[in-house]
Amino acid sequence: MKLTEEQQAILDGSQGETLAKVMETMVRYGELFGADSMEKITGNYNHLVTSFGLKALKPVYDLLDQLIEAGVVSKQKFSADPRPMDKNVPSNFIQNFVFNNFMYTRQNEYEEQLRKLGLMDRDAFTRTCYMDEVGNTPKKGEVLSWSESSAVVYANSVLGARCNRNSGIIDVMGSIVGYVPRFGFLTDEGRKAKWIVEIRTSKKPEAQLLGSAVGMKVMEDVPYIVGLDKWLDGKLDDNAKTYLKDFGAATASNGAVGLYHVEGITPEAVEQGRALIGEGAKTYVIDDAELQRVYDSYPVIWKNKDARPKLCFMGCPHMSLEQLKSWTGKLENGLKESGNAKVLVSTVFTASPGVIKEFRKTDYAARLEKTGVILSYICPLMYMNNPLSEKMPVITSSNKLRTYTSARYYTDDEILNQLTKGE
Amino acid sequence: MKTFKGRVVSKGNVSAPALVSHEGLNTLASFQKALQFGDKKATCGDQNNKDLYGKQMAGKALCLPRTIGSTTGGLVLYCAASMHRQPACMLFSEPIDSLAAAGAILADVWLRDVTMPVIDSLGEAFLAYVKDDMKITIKEDGTVEVE
Repeated sequence: MKLTEEQQAILDGSQGETLAKVMETMVRYGELFGADSMEKITGNYNHLVTSFGLKALKPVYDLLDQLIEAGVVSKQKFSADPRPMDKNVPSNFIQNFVFNNFMYTRQNEYEEQLRKLGLMDRDAFTRTCYMDEVGNTPKKGEVLSWSESSAVVYANSVLGARCNRNSGIIDVMGSIVGYVPRFGFLTDEGRKAKWIVEIRTSKKPEAQLLGSAVGMKVMEDVPYIVGLDKWLDGKLDDNAKTYLKDFGAATASNGAVGLYHVEGITPEAVEQGRALIGEGAKTYVIDDAELQRVYDSYPVIWKNKDARPKLCFMGCPHMSLEQLKSWTGKLENGLKESGNAKVLVSTVFTASPGVIKEFRKTDYAARLEKTGVILSYICPLMYMNNPLSEKMPVITSSNKLRTYTSARYYTDDEILNQLTKGE
Repeated sequence: MKTFKGRVVSKGNVSAPALVSHEGLNTLASFQKALQFGDKKATCGDQNNKDLYGKQMAGKALCLPRTIGSTTGGLVLYCAASMHRQPACMLFSEPIDSLAAAGAILADVWLRDVTMPVIDSLGEAFLAYVKDDMKITIKEDGTVEVE
């Protein structure tokens, strides 16, 4: 890799041993992927995947302490993934005991560390940092050092920013040196599609299911999606952004997609069209039968497969303002039809603190509360990722949550029926 | 005995029994419980991985195509190494992914008393040949002997 004089000097220790090791980490990371140089980070803010003070991650906190003590921190502020706990979310005595005494024992300490490292503000905890209400929204072409697969795929695809699927710690270290190795999604060639995905469904495909199908097929490759624009009204409005948030998170968690193009919708596809399709691209056709096949392939890992759901989580990644409003209306109508006053399954809608703040300014907030739904900023994954919660029959329409936990996936309509009609 | 040659990601010489996953290793799902609840053997906790679930990963020559899952993957591997619960080595049939690469490099650069040699690009034939408990010997030049 060709380094500038400044980068080489840092690597040689001109600014101390700790910063030299940070640079060595980034250079070796890039060399593995054939990076030819280090590219300057141009995004205003960083985003970190680690938001949880998990006892098991003590070595990470020790490493961050080492950086802080050596004065090796970034000037770039950042957002981070959601907090793992919220007292408003239903949990029993034993769960609370495990969360507080075995799992997230370092939460306060870690949040203090994040503040020292440059957290944007005390509530900058969400996977949907790119939403207007949060304020970490990169511009097209900006170079980032982000981690968090769902945020990276959104930034690359919907915003046209340039970021690789970085691991936690690499995100921080890139930001500290101010450069990331130039490979993969930072290059024009790396942004070319290796797959053409043709959507031939009879109705608007469920975003989470479509993303799952695409992710499982193309894995880490870039897909160019045709035939989806007609279901998104041909424009990248708030509804389309919400759809692509859920679609992208499913491609990234069910596969390892870091970038997709949607013909006529996403910025690079609008500008370059099919010139984005690489030579020899393979084709994957998705129709109603294919989506059904994917849906039927999900294993149900509940001990009692016929158990009555005990909890429903919606919003992984966090829901948008538009989703909170539309779901409020759907629940009201469903409950009215069934004659029920409140949802029949204990339900938590999750959204970023910024979105929740805006939502509470509307009359929808009181209406949602009336349906019995709990609104929280929690990370459902962190709630579920322990042996006690794993045993609970939890339902969700998040394919990310399904992939990483024992939660069972249902489509939005199926979830609505279970919540309002109990069927 | 068969010999395979790959690319050295983190160098080292080691000999250990093989543990084989034909699916991608979900690093967070596999290691989280072991790190959380003090399991020094690093028993794999990923119920979705039929090859590894319930098996000891610490001290084994972990043979796999790639890692998958959360972008915490690299830091989880770093933690496993820091807590001395890492595999003896990691042997990838495919070119290494960015998350495993991060874990391997972080361990190599930042941990003084820990080694976790990593070799990638060993090819599909390697993963088709190697079975659990075969003896694996790796060398600093990326040579992997399987017997």
